[in-house]
Amino acid sequence: MRRSPAPARSLPRGLGSWASVAWFLAPALVLFLVFVLAPIAVAVHTSFYKWGGIGPLGDFVGLENYARLFADQVFLGDMGRGLYLIVLSVTVQLPFALFTAVLLNQKLRGRAVYRMLFFAPYILSEVVTAVLFTMIFLPGAGMADHLAAALGLEGLQGKWLADPSTVMPTLFVVMTWKYFGFHMMLFLAGLQSIPREVLDAASIDGAGAWQRFRHVTLPLLGPTVRISVFLSIIGAIQLFDLVWVMTAGGPNHSSETMAISMFQFGFKRYQVGYASAISVVLFMISLVFSLFYQRYVLRRDLNGAVTTGGAR
Amino acid sequence: MNARKAARGLSLHAVIWLIGAFVAVPLIYAVISGFKSTGELTTNPFGLPRHWKTANYTGILGEEMFWRQIANSAGIAIGTAFCTVAASAMAAYVLARYAFRGRELFYTLFTIGLMFPFAVAVLPLFLLLRTFGLLDNPLGVILPQAAFGLPMTIIILRGFFRTVPAEVEEAAVMDGCGKFRFFWKILLPMARPALGTVSVLAIVASWNNFFLPLLVFNDPTWQTIPVGVQQFQGQYSTDYALVLAYIVLAMVPALAFYAVAERQLIGGLTAGATKG
Repeated sequence: MRRSPAPARSLPRGLGSWASVAWFLAPALVLFLVFVLAPIAVAVHTSFYKWGGIGPLGDFVGLENYARLFADQVFLGDMGRGLYLIVLSVTVQLPFALFTAVLLNQKLRGRAVYRMLFFAPYILSEVVTAVLFTMIFLPGAGMADHLAAALGLEGLQGKWLADPSTVMPTLFVVMTWKYFGFHMMLFLAGLQSIPREVLDAASIDGAGAWQRFRHVTLPLLGPTVRISVFLSIIGAIQLFDLVWVMTAGGPNHSSETMAISMFQFGFKRYQVGYASAISVVLFMISLVFSLFYQRYVLRRDLNGAVTTGGAR
Repeated sequence: MNARKAARGLSLHAVIWLIGAFVAVPLIYAVISGFKSTGELTTNPFGLPRHWKTANYTGILGEEMFWRQIANSAGIAIGTAFCTVAASAMAAYVLARYAFRGRELFYTLFTIGLMFPFAVAVLPLFLLLRTFGLLDNPLGVILPQAAFGLPMTIIILRGFFRTVPAEVEEAAVMDGCGKFRFFWKILLPMARPALGTVSVLAIVASWNNFFLPLLVFNDPTWQTIPVGVQQFQGQYSTDYALVLAYIVLAMVPALAFYAVAERQLIGGLTAGATKG
């Protein structure tokens, strides 16, 4: 969506005293500093200590927590699993969402109902979704086992979330169920902003449906695609609720994500210093990725809406 | 030609039905399973229940705990939405309509908040809340949620406030309207649709939040629905039909809200995503 060019001729005259500006900014600024920025500073600070979370901050250990982190096979596995989910999201889930959006962008009876339905999972909380699918994939009793039997896939029975070889693909299916509708909505909004005439013109020039999609629709959808990719990646890096409720990272760490590791060490094993180091690494990855993406990928779309503040 | 067109239409519908089944079957499965006994769930997984057993649903609806969780979630969502929108609207107002030194700096500061994963902050946030004595206190959830909602809300509202023509403000000032009155009496009423959108987004985000309520509320009196669902599953893990009935009932308010606020929600998400 284009920002309307209207703009904000500011009215400094008689209004712009620092005191009143400060008064308006104060609530947001205080909330933001205390609950968003301060915790990150605290995490950085705590990550240099060996500390159980209670009492005075423990021994200063410098970068030892970080050294331990990057030597930890499970944590390296966490990163690998994050990457796995990113790759699948971008190569499977997003094309699937785009495909659905293109279908629903056509004249079609009941289109509004499908749209409502496909988006509905996104409204449900991650926990409700996770419990629902835990039940579906329950070894022996769940619907998935029965379905596998009916399809002649007995080999899958009882595995799903319970086996290290199948747990990540199973989680990915649940993620797709939950999130593809959101991306579909973004794509639909993007598709609707493509002028009819452009597609008509391509038709007249003899472009078939696929050619129209490939050479007209897809390029014009570029900004939406780039935003979708960004949100998918950030989402995959930070994934917690779904996995925590469904597998808690198991079996045997095979579905652990960085956020799960952080939670395990911070709240279950009381290694708060170490868990803080995980937080900081997670933060650095998100920050570096975001800055890089904003700078090099989104720049042409947004004229820097996020990093440089939109309207100049 | 016509036959080909009809065939295409038919296959199009087939594909959509397939996707529809992928989305709908788990939901329908949950609703129907809630009417079965757990024993029947194993022997008759797909069929309709032999006896429609309503006890699962009615039992939960008779639990005080369930209603308490709903009320907690609703109260916290409304509190969060109020704090987010109030603080954001004030900030967005000056960030949109005043020229002052450091304006872009402040705006950038807020917008980089979009990149901060909640998971990163949650551990130190917990330590902070403990220090402030905000554990087992709804403010311990409301205030951080509001803080994390600021970036998106400020971006959307600032975009909207900038579209209000400067002439409106000039005319108001000419008529002797101060900036507070302009904000309160003119700008906010004009911005009602945008305020609705960001409120809906804040409510949904709060309603679904799990991480923070899980950590902040030890005392079950404050538990919200997502935490309640997880606890319930732990407690009745072998009574599958009952657990499914519980999550179906937990879905109802969210889906009802979605049905009512669909337009604001989707409008806000698509606008938010493209702007942020």
